[in-house]
Amino acid sequence: MSAEPGQQAILELDRLSLSFGGLRALSELDLRVADREIVSVIGPNGAGKTTVFNVITGVYQPSAGDVRFAGASIAGQAPHVIARLGIARTFQSLRLFMNMSVLENVMAATYGDTKALAWESILRLPRARREEREVRALAEDVLSFFGERLAGYRWDQPAYSLSYANRRRLEIARALATRPRLLLLDEPAAGMNPAETHEITELIGRLREERGVAILVIEHDMHVVAGVSDRVIALDHGVKITEGSFDQVANHPAVVEAYLGRDPEALAEGA
Amino acid sequence: MSFFFQELVNGITTGALYSLVALGFSMVYGVLKLLNFAHGDLYMVGAYIGFFIIQFFGGAAHVDIPVPLLLAIMFVVAAGLVGGLGVAMERFAYRPLRDAPRIAPLITAIGISFFLESAALLLFGSQFREYNTAEFISLSSGIQIGSVTIDSVQIMVLVLGLLLMTGLQLLVNRTRLGRQMRAVAADREAAEMLGINVNFVITATFFLGSALAGIAGVMGGLLFNTVSATIGFTAGLKAFTAAVVGGIGSIPGAMLGGLVIGVAESFVTGYISSTYSNLIVFGLLIVVMLVRPSGLLGRVQLQKV
Amino acid sequence: MSVDPDSQQPQDIIEIPPGSRGPRLGADEWVARREGRREYLPSWLGRAERESERIGWWPRLAIAGVAAALLPGLGLGGFQLQVGIDAMVIALLAVGLNIVVGWAGLLDLGYVAFFGAGAYGYALLSSNQLGTSGIHLPAYFSVPIVMIAVALLGLGVGLPSRRLIGDYLAIITLFFGEAFVEFTNNVAPSKLGGPNGITGIDPIRGFTWQITSNYGYYYLLVIILVVTMAVLRLVEKSRTGRAWRAVREDPLAAASMTIPVNRVKLAAFAAGAVVAALAGTIFAAQQASVFPTDFDTPILILIYAGLILGGAGSIAGACLGALVVMVIYDGLLRSPAEAGYLFYGLILLTLLAKLRPWRRLAVVLAATVALGLAAHAIAKAISASAVAGGPQSGGWIASALRDWVIVPANAQAAGNWGFVILICLLITLVQVSSRWRTILLPPTLCLASFVWETRLVVEPSITRQLMIGAILIVMMNARPQGLLGQRRVETVT
Repeated sequence: MSAEPGQQAILELDRLSLSFGGLRALSELDLRVADREIVSVIGPNGAGKTTVFNVITGVYQPSAGDVRFAGASIAGQAPHVIARLGIARTFQSLRLFMNMSVLENVMAATYGDTKALAWESILRLPRARREEREVRALAEDVLSFFGERLAGYRWDQPAYSLSYANRRRLEIARALATRPRLLLLDEPAAGMNPAETHEITELIGRLREERGVAILVIEHDMHVVAGVSDRVIALDHGVKITEGSFDQVANHPAVVEAYLGRDPEALAEGA
Repeated sequence: MSFFFQELVNGITTGALYSLVALGFSMVYGVLKLLNFAHGDLYMVGAYIGFFIIQFFGGAAHVDIPVPLLLAIMFVVAAGLVGGLGVAMERFAYRPLRDAPRIAPLITAIGISFFLESAALLLFGSQFREYNTAEFISLSSGIQIGSVTIDSVQIMVLVLGLLLMTGLQLLVNRTRLGRQMRAVAADREAAEMLGINVNFVITATFFLGSALAGIAGVMGGLLFNTVSATIGFTAGLKAFTAAVVGGIGSIPGAMLGGLVIGVAESFVTGYISSTYSNLIVFGLLIVVMLVRPSGLLGRVQLQKV
Repeated sequence: MSVDPDSQQPQDIIEIPPGSRGPRLGADEWVARREGRREYLPSWLGRAERESERIGWWPRLAIAGVAAALLPGLGLGGFQLQVGIDAMVIALLAVGLNIVVGWAGLLDLGYVAFFGAGAYGYALLSSNQLGTSGIHLPAYFSVPIVMIAVALLGLGVGLPSRRLIGDYLAIITLFFGEAFVEFTNNVAPSKLGGPNGITGIDPIRGFTWQITSNYGYYYLLVIILVVTMAVLRLVEKSRTGRAWRAVREDPLAAASMTIPVNRVKLAAFAAGAVVAALAGTIFAAQQASVFPTDFDTPILILIYAGLILGGAGSIAGACLGALVVMVIYDGLLRSPAEAGYLFYGLILLTLLAKLRPWRRLAVVLAATVALGLAAHAIAKAISASAVAGGPQSGGWIASALRDWVIVPANAQAAGNWGFVILICLLITLVQVSSRWRTILLPPTLCLASFVWETRLVVEPSITRQLMIGAILIVMMNARPQGLLGQRRVETVT
């Protein structure tokens, strides 16, 4: 699988707008992610980054504009339909199925790809048994992506017994189990120490190489952003400030001002 | 036509009763997000307390003390004792579950309700007790508007109910405690971090709400005469309905809801048949829940993702 | 074995045979690999738990089924058989409720209405109620028809509920349950029988056979209960079961992971309704009559008490909890004298399980006995009528207690006050420190016995209701996961 992004746009946000009552959360947002591309979204808190994810995945309906996935409009669809089309996500504040085991968390996400009805499972019909085997194999395959971290002995442990970093990994694993073409990672490195952050950075690269997914990442940690991104988009107050390569965006005065509020060199001189 | 107005008056009176119980219920839901299924049984306890006080002072036919004094004692003692019972319920049964998943306090509330009813059966017996209001309050001293009669008990219920509701509105909107209650209802953790003594506020809310239910119980006894261990269940259901129809967590909503339910019930009983009154009230509730789940005056809850 | 600070690999502290994959210090897996990672209850309870887990779920079900089937052969008869039947009906209901509440996390407070719908449905299809001479379908037709019809009813109730969460769902289902009772009480009395219900219902029958004896219904229920539990176990481990549990854990995350949340919730409602309907048909057939009051709120609370006691989320827990609750509930009513064994037995069991060390237990028991004897002697000395009544429990308990518990001639008023004081004492016991607890226990135990003998055993129908309420309150506060459930971790959103 190639590590280079393709040409086709897998995700297009076309003048996307969202208002909550009087509050404009997103304003005329244009965004494009190509097949197998890794795009990072940065911006201060409250910029609307998670809101973009929520609109893409169908949690919110846009007030205006369109969301297109592989050319077809998905605006207004229900979350589970969008997930089945091939968009998976992780959550900023983890949303694992805490009381289910690690393996069950991942297997649960395969629901959309399987068809066996309850009565088929009861009668242990061939289709049900086959699907169950396939689902388990898929789950084990996805979990093995994380190596020793989520290895075999962990599979039957409840999700609440995992360490924080492992929980984050499990959430990514669960998202992978839906066999997505586009993966939305919401602050995957939040709360991680430098070693774990490094691991996540490598992981995101491997995800694109080995699984062939396009990835849209929200991140605050600039090491991660610098390490993975083909392109970076900066948001503030629901508006795109700029986009480009990491170096272009990181030094863009508007971005600097959005984060820090004033010239960082003046800050450095004062220190 | 006069029949219409008579039923209306009756409906508003019972509605006032339901409003009082619904108020306490709504207040507790507001601060704790807890549906206190046992709230109706507090009404029942209040009714029994009123009954025993009448007995203590000589029984309905031979009351030893002046009637206004008797009534005052009944209301105050019922309010105090039932308020205390509510506080105890909160302190010992609900407080340990404050951070537990919602199902835990709900099931506990069902358990407490069942336990209170059974305890009342055990302690007071299953026979119906009668207030015999007519023997110590002359019902004929009411008002007459045209051919519509509002007897003295109804007047008292309406006046007292109105006073209490107004008082509560003032408390919640104009006093410091009321402000704290609204703060705790909005966000308990934030309120705590702002220095509000959340435990005290919740205790006070329970006390007030339960006291109102107790007073309503005495009123119910005076109005309907009969007291038994299971009246709490029906009262609770009606209060539920009223609170939900009006918008749970909203105080004006509870008042409005109570009136709506009282009047609806009165008209259905009067014009159709009493057998269908409960059914139609439930139907009303289901319709409201489907069309506007937050109730007539409630606010829609937003969920942050 | 020394640790070389310069080496890259962490050194093993335990000697591992070369070539084997053993625990590595510094890597987290060695802890996880150790067998003893599960926490078990202390002492014999933990050992029993471990042994039963080793046996496996299916063998345990088989053993339980066989044991239940053998019980009548061991001398269970008469009203005990009826208790068993009632218990199994409630157990079936609890197992069905477990789908909705335990797995999908939907608080359905109107579940008993599905039970009633099943019973009434069967009644209408198997009696003289409808038409000139009624419909008398054999069970092959009536039971499946009823189950399907009630499943549709379940969907009907679930449909408006799909947008409602938590509390609102509880309210609307509660009212649906109430509406059912009102409906059967008041609507179409000629067809539904009104408050007098429907009588003369056919037994479960085929074309050539029918079940008319209680023995027959007992065995039928054992079979149905075992089969239902087996079926549900298979569903639990299937994608449907996973979907239900995922929806309970986090509906938004579940939706984002391809699970159609609303459809899954509806399926849970329907599945629960089907099981309730099945229970309803057997109930109606065995009782040969149905009344609106058979499906009122107290029955709902019974089912919940069983589910909560046994452990919501666990099939075996639902069944066991319901059986325990019903045996006590029915048993208390039918043979109140024997109930004393249960009462004192339970108290002693609780003390045994909770009071450590043994010396403390001995002190408490000794003090209780002494206190009782002393109080009795004093009361006797003061006034003969203070001890004129005897303990109401039957059997040897009464003779053992005669000189220990004070039972006045007019027990009611004193017993009532005792009851109130006892409740206050019990609440206090929970709140105070360990030392005060030891001091307060003997008087509490004496008082408990006093209240039991004077009031509780005299009014078994009320006592059993008190017990149900107490189960709900105590379980939620002390052990919300029930006897066989798993402790849940809830994220506060």
